Amino acid sequence: MQQTSATTRNADVGSDIAIHAGNITHIFGTDTDAQQVTALDDVSIDVFKGELLCLIGPSGCGKSTLLNIMGGLIDPSSGDVQVGATKVAGPMPHDVAFVFQESALFPWSTVVDNVIVALEFQGVPKEERSARAWNALESVDLADFGNHYPGQISGGMKQRAQLARALSLETEILLMDEPFGALDEQTRMILGEDLSVMLSKADKTIVFVTHSLAEAVFLADRVAVMSARPGKFKEIIEVGEGHPRDPDFMLSEKFGKMRNDLYGMLHDEIRKAVDGENAQT
Amino acid sequence: MKDRKIRIRLIQVSIFAVIFVAWFIATETESVSNLFLPKLGDVARDFWDLIGSGDAWSPLSVTLFELAVAFFNAVVFGTSIGYLVSRSKFMMRTFEPMFSSMFAVPLIIFYPLALLFFGLGPGSKIAIGSALGFFPVVLNTINGFGHVDAGYMRVARAMGAEGFPLFRRVLLPAALPIILTGYRIGFILCFLSIVGGETIGSFSGLGHQIVYYAESMLTSMMFAYIIFIVIIAYILNSLVFYMERKGNYY
Repeated sequence: MQQTSATTRNADVGSDIAIHAGNITHIFGTDTDAQQVTALDDVSIDVFKGELLCLIGPSGCGKSTLLNIMGGLIDPSSGDVQVGATKVAGPMPHDVAFVFQESALFPWSTVVDNVIVALEFQGVPKEERSARAWNALESVDLADFGNHYPGQISGGMKQRAQLARALSLETEILLMDEPFGALDEQTRMILGEDLSVMLSKADKTIVFVTHSLAEAVFLADRVAVMSARPGKFKEIIEVGEGHPRDPDFMLSEKFGKMRNDLYGMLHDEIRKAVDGENAQT
Repeated sequence: MKDRKIRIRLIQVSIFAVIFVAWFIATETESVSNLFLPKLGDVARDFWDLIGSGDAWSPLSVTLFELAVAFFNAVVFGTSIGYLVSRSKFMMRTFEPMFSSMFAVPLIIFYPLALLFFGLGPGSKIAIGSALGFFPVVLNTINGFGHVDAGYMRVARAMGAEGFPLFRRVLLPAALPIILTGYRIGFILCFLSIVGGETIGSFSGLGHQIVYYAESMLTSMMFAYIIFIVIIAYILNSLVFYMERKGNYY
C-alpha cells in the first residue's frame, strides 16, 4: 500500500485556494415563471489547491449547477467565483477542464481526434497536438482504441477517453460531473481506482460530483454534503487518506464508518427531496 | 441472415417479373390494344433505336442542364439561408414554420406562372425546380444547424470553442447528415418537377419526348423513353444516395 503523497493532498496543509465560490445563489426561471426553482441558496466554499473535493447530495440539490458555475458554464444569479486570482466570467479552457457524464465525445471524430479537437480549441500549436493526444490516451490505457469511433467502444472506455482529453489539456483544475454515473458498478470501481492512481501522479485540483457514497469516500480528500433543494452545504467531512488509494481501503473499518456517516447525513435530505418531488406531482 | 437477403431480393425481382409477364401475355394475345400498351418486343426495339441513334442525348442534356442549375440554386440558397436562420432562435421561430407551410403547398401550381415569366424554354423548369428543391434543403439546414445536441455544445463551450473552429469541428459535422438528407430529397424534387414541367409545357427535354410520342400515338417509343428516364433516375438517385451515406459518420 502506497501512501506517499498524503501530505500534499491534505486539505489543511495546502492553504492556497484554487477555487473560491462566494455566496452563490442560483435561480432557474424568472420571477413570473411558475416553474421557478432556486437551485442554490447562498452557497460558499473554497477548494484547495491539489485536493479532490466531492460534492454529494440528493438529486436536484444543485451540485451539478454549482460545478458548472465554478467552471463558468453557468452564470450564477448572484455571488461570484474566483479561479486563482481571476473572477470567472465564462469558460476558461486554459485553467479548467471538464469531464461530463455523457454525450461528451463527438461521435463524428475518432477517439484520438476527440482529444486533438480539444487541444485545437485550446490553441495548442498544430505540430504538438497529435503527440500530446496519443500520450494522453496512453496514460489511460486507450492507445489501442485511438482510431476507433466513440460508437465503437464501451461506456467505460468513453469515460477514460474523456479523462484523457481533460488530462491532455494540462489544466490545473478538473471539474468532473458524475463522470462514472452512467456506468455499471464494476466498471465504476475500476475507473475509480485508476483515477486515484492517476491523480496521485498529476498534481491537480479536482471537484467531483457524484451521488455514490462509496465513490465519494474512496476518491475524495474532502466530501461536501449538500442538502435537498435549495442546495446548501450541510457538512464537509475530511477523509484523511493518501492517494493512490488501495482497493483494500474500501474494506477498512474507517471506510465503512465514513460511508455510514455520510449515509446518515444524506438519508434525511434524500427523503426530503423525494417527498418534495411527490408533493409537486 | 444471407438467406433472408436472398429471399428479399427474390420477392422484389418476382414482383417485376409478374408485371412483365402479365404485360407480355396481355399484348401478345392482343387482349389489350397495342395503342395503349405496346408489345414488349416493340418497346425493346425502340429503346435500342433510341440509344443507338443517339436521339436521346439531346433531350437528356437539356434535362440534365436544367437539373444541374436548379439543384445548384436550391443548394446554394437553401444552405446559406438555412444557416443564417439557424443562428438565432428568433429567426428560427419566424422562418421555420413559414418554410414548412410553404413546402406543404403543391408548388407545381405555380408552374403556369413560371411559364408566363420564363417561357417554354429551360428557364421555367429551372425556376420551378429551384423552388421545389429549395424547401427541403433550407428546412433540413435549419434543423441540422439549429438543433445541435446541447451536450455537444456544452462540451465545445467548456473547451473554449468559438468561431470557425467551432463551426468546422462541431456545428458542421453535427448538422451534415441532416443537411445531406435535405440535399437528397431536394434533388429528387428537382428532378421530379423538371421532368414534370417538361411534360406540361416545353420545347425539349426528356419529359417533352414522352408527351410528344404519346400525342403521336407512338406508345412503344414513349415507353422506351420512360424506361430511359427510369434508368437515368436510378443512376442519379444511387449517386446522391452514395454521397449522403459517405457524409454520414455513424
